[in-house]
Amino acid sequence: MYVAVKGGETAIANSLDLVADKRRGSRDLAELTLEQIDQQLGLAVDRVMTEGSCYDRALAALAIKQARGDLVEAIFLLRAYRTTLPRFGDTQPLDTTQMVAERRISSTFKDVPGGQVLGPTYDYTHRLLDFSLAAAGERPEAPTAPVDAGQALPRVGDILEREGMLEPPPAQDGDASQDITRTPLVLPADRPVRLQNLARGDEGFLLALGYSTQRGYGNNHPFVGEIRYGQVPVAFAPEELGFEIEIAEIDVTECDMVNQFAGAHNIPPQFTRGYGLAFGHAERKAMAMALVDRALRAGELSENATSPAQDEEFVLSHSDSVEASGFVQHLKLPHYVDFQSELVVVRTLRAEVEERNRQTVLDQAAE
Amino acid sequence: MPDGAYNYAYLDEQTKRMIRRAILKAVAVPGYQVPFGGREMPLPYGWGTGGIQVTAAIIGQDDTLKVIDQGADDTTNAVSIRRFFARVADVATTTRTEEATVIQTRHRVPETPLKDGQILVFQVPIPEPLRMLEPRETETRTLHALTEYGVMQVSLYESIARHGRIAKTYNYPVLVNGRYMMSPSPIPKFDNPKLDNNPALQLYGAGREKRIYAVPPYTSVKSLDFEDHPFEIETWTECCALCDSKESFLDEMIVDDAGKRMFVCSDTDYCQERQQQHRPEKT
Repeated sequence: MYVAVKGGETAIANSLDLVADKRRGSRDLAELTLEQIDQQLGLAVDRVMTEGSCYDRALAALAIKQARGDLVEAIFLLRAYRTTLPRFGDTQPLDTTQMVAERRISSTFKDVPGGQVLGPTYDYTHRLLDFSLAAAGERPEAPTAPVDAGQALPRVGDILEREGMLEPPPAQDGDASQDITRTPLVLPADRPVRLQNLARGDEGFLLALGYSTQRGYGNNHPFVGEIRYGQVPVAFAPEELGFEIEIAEIDVTECDMVNQFAGAHNIPPQFTRGYGLAFGHAERKAMAMALVDRALRAGELSENATSPAQDEEFVLSHSDSVEASGFVQHLKLPHYVDFQSELVVVRTLRAEVEERNRQTVLDQAAE
Repeated sequence: MPDGAYNYAYLDEQTKRMIRRAILKAVAVPGYQVPFGGREMPLPYGWGTGGIQVTAAIIGQDDTLKVIDQGADDTTNAVSIRRFFARVADVATTTRTEEATVIQTRHRVPETPLKDGQILVFQVPIPEPLRMLEPRETETRTLHALTEYGVMQVSLYESIARHGRIAKTYNYPVLVNGRYMMSPSPIPKFDNPKLDNNPALQLYGAGREKRIYAVPPYTSVKSLDFEDHPFEIETWTECCALCDSKESFLDEMIVDDAGKRMFVCSDTDYCQERQQQHRPEKT
């Protein structure tokens, strides 16, 4: 009876206890530590930091633990924490040529200055389940060559650019320091806003959109100019000091995508670029982002924007997993009032139709 | 017991100021959707983050908060939001419409008439009334700027042509102060007349879409219609099974496997007040 909607308070409290209990799982097993999540589920931590827009491995690991491995939920938890943090200012732009690269490949040139560095990747593994991992056992450390941290690593794109083959990085048409977590999205958006949006965007959504461009929905013939992953220093110049200080080193993955471009009335044929950047090691995300970034430049390059990936309003309004997840799942909330209104009107309409039908039958019988 | 780890009412003071500025602008231009730097809240988008941010920006320790969802104080989301403010803002809460200074609502306007000084905060999923007719924000902004609302009139006309009446039942579009078309949020059209010339301040917050709009006290709010098809509200042949009300919005409940129905007020506070006033005399 009516009691069904009463007692919400107690029921909610019990539900909270239940989910905490589920999270812990069987008490016969040791509880996961944040360090274990950070070290052994590192790529999950990377994704949560990237889409959570917060570089903090411990907090991301905590969010993953609290969310029981649901990464979209973990991203939400991290975002809701991040939003309460004060904003001190902007760091200097990252200089990824100063990266100490653990991995760096180009698919446009066989060899490039600085060399191809394969690094840790699943790309060359056979996807065979490794049953030896099911048992406990130590692994010997992998041998690595010494890294020359002092050596700058020129970007492949810059080399092409000097030749005039590749466009220079698109002109800075917006305020790079505008923070989309503090100001509402206003469309049409400039590129810094777009890139921020894509960097926070759901990996699955961007992957599908990037894939769609390859299948002909807004194709722009991409090549991986370069992907690099490694540590870059972060510098901050406090106003009161007036000079830069290095405050951190962070892991990032950068993707410079090189795309064919036939030229337009005032631009000679040349290659154009799409750009992707993610925290940690996230090549799929960085590449998808670069493909979508390039697709969204259709207007600027006078291309026909006919496909979903080229539609700025469509892409930017639907890329965020926290927004999408919340709004889709709000359908679980009670909607009795709206549904009641619909019931009332559908019943009225049906009654009218039935009355009309009855009248028709009577009329026909009378004839 | 405010949570020591967070600022009063969760948001930091700068953010609350930014939201209050957006509210002031919204009050100054009734029905106009003001973009604001919506924050990520610890509740999911689509679950009232806009309303929560508006409430967080205006609430103080002297306030008394009431939260309803579908008219009821004890539905899950209303309980969750009330608990949130009790936790982060140490605010007195009530279920009595008359006692509340701030009422946050989803999908209903209380049946009890509101008074001067009260604030009604609506949770809005999609602030743009034209969104389902024109998905592009760049386009709808232009339509508002030009007061070009023909597309909505055509849509209502099509409904009449197809069904013989305007079949839109909730989120029924209104014209505010003779200027801006506004989504009243998904309240049933039953509640639309209550928005007109209401003594209370109405604030509308859309968190995911990052928009705030407002209807100041005693402002004209007109539901769209045609001269030969005037606006009308839902009616029931039944009355409330608990308080006998014939004037309130009724929720329908299926009470047994045979599909037996029971109708009760959607506004639980209104219903209980009436039960206390009328029932004791009968029993």
